[in-house]
Amino acid sequence: MTQVLEQPVKPAPLVTGAERTARRRAVLEWIAVHSLGVAAALFFTLPFVFVFLTSLMSDSQALSRDLVPHTWEWGNYRKVFDTPGFLTWWKNTLLYAGLGTVLTVVSSIPVAYALAKFRFRGRNLSLMLVISMMMLPPQVVVIPMYLFWAKQLDLSGTLWPLIVPMAFGDAFSIFLLRQFLMTIPNEYLDAAKVDGCGDLRTLLRVVLPMAKPGIAAVALFQFFYAWNDYFGPQIYASENPGAWTLSYGLESFKGAHHTDWNLTMAATVLVMAPVILVFFFAQKAFVEGVTLTGVKG
Amino acid sequence: MSAVTLASKRRRSALRTLAFMSPWLIGFAVFFAYPLISTLYFSFMHYDGFRPPTWSGGKNWAYVFEHYPLFWPALRNTLWLVVIMVSLRVVFGLGVGLLITKIKTGTGVFRTLFYLPYLAPPVAATMAFAFLLNPGTGPVNSLLEKAGLPAPGWFNDPAWSKPALTLLALWGVGDLMVIFMAALLDVPTEQYEAAELDGTSAWQRFRYVTLPNISPIVMFAVVTGVIQTMQYYTQPLVAGKVASGVIQGAGTQFEPGYPDKSTLTLPQLVYNLGFQRFDYGSACVVALVLFALSMAFTTLLMRRRGGLIQAGD
Repeated sequence: MTQVLEQPVKPAPLVTGAERTARRRAVLEWIAVHSLGVAAALFFTLPFVFVFLTSLMSDSQALSRDLVPHTWEWGNYRKVFDTPGFLTWWKNTLLYAGLGTVLTVVSSIPVAYALAKFRFRGRNLSLMLVISMMMLPPQVVVIPMYLFWAKQLDLSGTLWPLIVPMAFGDAFSIFLLRQFLMTIPNEYLDAAKVDGCGDLRTLLRVVLPMAKPGIAAVALFQFFYAWNDYFGPQIYASENPGAWTLSYGLESFKGAHHTDWNLTMAATVLVMAPVILVFFFAQKAFVEGVTLTGVKG
Repeated sequence: MSAVTLASKRRRSALRTLAFMSPWLIGFAVFFAYPLISTLYFSFMHYDGFRPPTWSGGKNWAYVFEHYPLFWPALRNTLWLVVIMVSLRVVFGLGVGLLITKIKTGTGVFRTLFYLPYLAPPVAATMAFAFLLNPGTGPVNSLLEKAGLPAPGWFNDPAWSKPALTLLALWGVGDLMVIFMAALLDVPTEQYEAAELDGTSAWQRFRYVTLPNISPIVMFAVVTGVIQTMQYYTQPLVAGKVASGVIQGAGTQFEPGYPDKSTLTLPQLVYNLGFQRFDYGSACVVALVLFALSMAFTTLLMRRRGGLIQAGD
């Protein structure tokens, strides 16, 4: 407003001069911001680049300080797949991440729905307990849990002690879904009720279709959690290499191949790649999940 | 409406709630409440997993605090990580978040590139950094030496192992970047326009407009950062193992904390005491210390004004 009023008062040449400096400043700022952006992009991507380049080096070159391979040894990836156990770890990881994700989503949805939309005594307390469970490291209860699974049910050396609990809701998934379900207006639920839908029908027919982005985010997070989990397999599966997952087995590469960084880095790429591919296909749901748990609410 | 139907309606609604909540109620009882009480019980017992547990009073507690050589180094490391790693991560995350809001060309590409490292599985990311920073053939030290700069021992030097872990944590700053980016875009533009008319500098606008608006998010980032530090396990353990060259396999023992206890954190002590020394009682003592510290910060997070919990309908 003030600018508009002042403009006619100022002499014409001065205005264009001011405009020119403003434009020059904008260009300079653009250059500064984008150079900084490129520098940051280098910091975030160069580690991937060096890891990938090293994964393609020959054995002898991997022992040197070279940054770029002389010959591109794509066969390294073949060697990784041929390593005894590697395919088993893949299979185990898919079982843990896949089955675990399905169980978590199915068991967490009704709980999140009740916490978001039902009115009952103890609701806030339940929510607070969910958040507390979410914030606790797994090491807090691992001793009795291990004794329970290993000594009483004789299930150590398998991944079942990690998969079975996921059928009973996961605190983080419940919390994230609850945050998402809070954003669905109650009018939809009331309308469904007027139409004669019971609670279960309302959840399945009305709420779930609207909650797809939230469910996608939860499924992604849970899949990544299982994929990345190191402590769980270390506790329950370490004694039996046939039950190792990729995250747990990867480390043994360095041991088995001593200083062969090329094969270790090829294996590292193979553990990173699926997660990054999944991210590209589901970027939106993922970012939405991050902001939902953090900012909103 | 008669009292009878009202009562039956209430009962039906309670049953409905119970049915929907049941997966979590069972999970809470079996996988949380019972083991937590059990942890407290075992912290007063001598138990090696083979002979039946026997009452030992406060012996485990005294052992952990007075004689267990790894406890205080782990606590000191945790303090270091809370003060230095968490604050650097918040500052860096805010910086990258600010940068991404200023980038006008190729925003999507930059944002994805900045975010990707956060997704790298922790073991894989740690292996990658153990390679990048290895003093023998690592590209980072090669480049540093070419530039005539000192080349530290990183994960092999007790003085540099935590800075190396900090570097790894800064690389994976994507989660904070996204949260700060969302918060920065929520700051009302009128406030910036008003400040600009008052002839303020860019720093003044950041200090007096941006910061007050995003301070709840900064607080959130700090507290969750502290909670995450209590859980910090995979990266320091794997970094220590890989740098020390200990070969993993069934039955191998790795004393955590390499080099010289500098990468020890509290969760590693639970593993060391319980699964390497078979002293389940003392492991439970550390587990309870971890519980108390985590709960203290979680309470802080929940008490926050306009906190984590959105008011019910």
